[in-house]
Amino acid sequence: MGDVDAFISAPVHSPVTGTVIGIESVTVASGARAQAVVVEPDPTQCFDRWVPVPLSIDTTEMVAWAGIVGMGGAAFPSKVKLSPPGDMKIETVILNGCECEPYLACDHRMMVEHPGLVLQGAQIIRDAVGASRVLIAVEDNKPECAEMLRALGDHDVEVLSLPTRYPQGAEKQLIYSLLRREVPHGALPASVSALVHNVGTAAAISEAVTRRKPLIERVITVTGAVRNPGNFLTLLGTPVSALIEAAGGFSGEVGRVIMGGPMTGMGLADLEVPVVKGTSGIVVLTPGETAPAVYGDQPCIRCGRCSDVCPMSLFPFSLGIYANLSNWDRTEALHALDCIECGCCSYVCPTRRPLVQLIRRAKHAHLERGKSR
Amino acid sequence: MSAEETSRQLPSIAPSPHVAATEGVTSIMLWVVAALAPVTVLSVAYMGWTAAWVLLASVGTCLATEWAWNAALKRPHTLMDGSALVTGLLLALALPPRTPLWIVVVGGVVSIALAKQLFGGLGWNLFNPALVGRAFIAMSWPGVLSQQQVPGGWFRGLELAGTETLDAISGATRLALSAADRSASGGYAFDLQAQYSPLLFRNLEGSIGEVAAAAVILGGLVLIAKGIIDWRIPVGYVGTVAVLSWAFGSDPAFNVLAGGVMLGAFFMATDYVTSPMTRRGRFIFACGCGLINVVARFFGPAPEATTWAILFMNGLVPLIDRMVPVRTFGWGGEK
Repeated sequence: MGDVDAFISAPVHSPVTGTVIGIESVTVASGARAQAVVVEPDPTQCFDRWVPVPLSIDTTEMVAWAGIVGMGGAAFPSKVKLSPPGDMKIETVILNGCECEPYLACDHRMMVEHPGLVLQGAQIIRDAVGASRVLIAVEDNKPECAEMLRALGDHDVEVLSLPTRYPQGAEKQLIYSLLRREVPHGALPASVSALVHNVGTAAAISEAVTRRKPLIERVITVTGAVRNPGNFLTLLGTPVSALIEAAGGFSGEVGRVIMGGPMTGMGLADLEVPVVKGTSGIVVLTPGETAPAVYGDQPCIRCGRCSDVCPMSLFPFSLGIYANLSNWDRTEALHALDCIECGCCSYVCPTRRPLVQLIRRAKHAHLERGKSR
Repeated sequence: MSAEETSRQLPSIAPSPHVAATEGVTSIMLWVVAALAPVTVLSVAYMGWTAAWVLLASVGTCLATEWAWNAALKRPHTLMDGSALVTGLLLALALPPRTPLWIVVVGGVVSIALAKQLFGGLGWNLFNPALVGRAFIAMSWPGVLSQQQVPGGWFRGLELAGTETLDAISGATRLALSAADRSASGGYAFDLQAQYSPLLFRNLEGSIGEVAAAAVILGGLVLIAKGIIDWRIPVGYVGTVAVLSWAFGSDPAFNVLAGGVMLGAFFMATDYVTSPMTRRGRFIFACGCGLINVVARFFGPAPEATTWAILFMNGLVPLIDRMVPVRTFGWGGEK
């Protein structure tokens, strides 16, 4: 339906059979306007065959054609990850079954309900990149997932249980947890011979390669202040309001509706925005649970919690102070660009300083500076 | 609920994260107060109103000074953050029970006005406010802390709640005696090990907070378990004192229990504002406190050196924060 030429991008497919009735500008989750294709669905939906593709197509081309992106939330095109630079050898394929954020359970359900697809996807990825080892990382609050995958998987798939800890689902942190290798600053995981894919992505790759099915739907966790929280297999493009309806509607007063998880997701101003490939969850927070929209100006009490929790060993307190002063030389020296924006610093700060928010400003300034150089 | 109703509710938006830990400054400060409760209660139980008056005068002065400062400068009031309460409590616990109340009041004003607010208030002070208050008293009225009579007869009697006689508790502390013995003869005139039990559970010498080291340790362990203070500071501090005392040929356990070492290690050196920001920095800072404490105790003029050790290291905190390297994840090199 929609295709692109840029390397780091992916085509989109219509999730329904129907007729294109127009191309319109719609509001997306970030609040920005974007071009969208409007499809009028046929009364009879036909899902038994997909658009034909040449039989000679290889795995990477198939993944590219199917429009598969990282399903953990970042929506990075999977074909890029399957085409590592020629001089880099991938030894270990890691499947990320660590839920990327608290509240979310879509990876969990995927592993419970489609362990076969996950395992098959793992093997497809392994063969595509010529790796020798497959690790599936599952957090220790889901022992049944680890058991099931172990029972179903071949002997060459290792299922490892990790302590449940945010932000372990982040790529570099997961590699470190499993392999004790640090991905160097500015480098790809391939530089430590590893490749990470989310379990949902693996399942989608499996369906694309074996059934020629493009990415048109995904599992989305709808939770928080809704009457019947659950995980929903959702067609892309579905409005958020329809998902909230499907979960029984709001169960009380609403503080914020988030697309994604509570730590890195986007607060929605408009519930008619469509879900996209990277939408892992819809979380409805009550007013009491919601962090303040406006932060005060209490000074830092130097408790050091922000740096104690920082998974990148940064100094969020200093970064915040210098970002407030727009001192971009200092923020650059303090490695602002290494921040993964997990939000832990802002979460723990007892004086509620907007630390990750300030670091984002610094990162933005650095990227702008880098462009103008 | 219909789709229309669903979309009509306009939720608030803001950048992530959308949730925050519930622990704030006030709850942290109240936990510190709770952790100080055992030693405070024991001090009043053993010393009665003598200690209670010092506690009340110190806390009252600190709260009043905090309020008056903000009122005078037309700033938002900060009493509710609980930091002035903690400072008042710590100052009282660092003073002997018979400190004249007007001196306690001066110490409280110095702590809040001079050491904290003049630097910009909570978060900006370089030195621990309670210890600055104590140091001010120590320099202005040296007799108060060494428990000699000061001119003017301001000392109040210590109400006796035990078998100790006034003579036994008005002289030099056993810590001072041990130091004097040591410098005179290299040996001790009394058995240091026999002092463990009184120092841990019932000690009427020295400052109010030295009344029972066990109660201080209990409170400190609660704060460590709650994740409010970093274990590296008390461990580094007490550990250094123990090792160096042993190295200098004294009794390690007596030296960590006597004087204000426990109170200093668990409650003074762990002050967020005046201790380093990094874990490794905190450990270095704590070892420095222990080193200065022991050296001053064995070779300096005053055996009770906790205040000076911590204040000195407070002054080095900016340097420690700048010089102790922390390697960013993925940057290789030295860790």
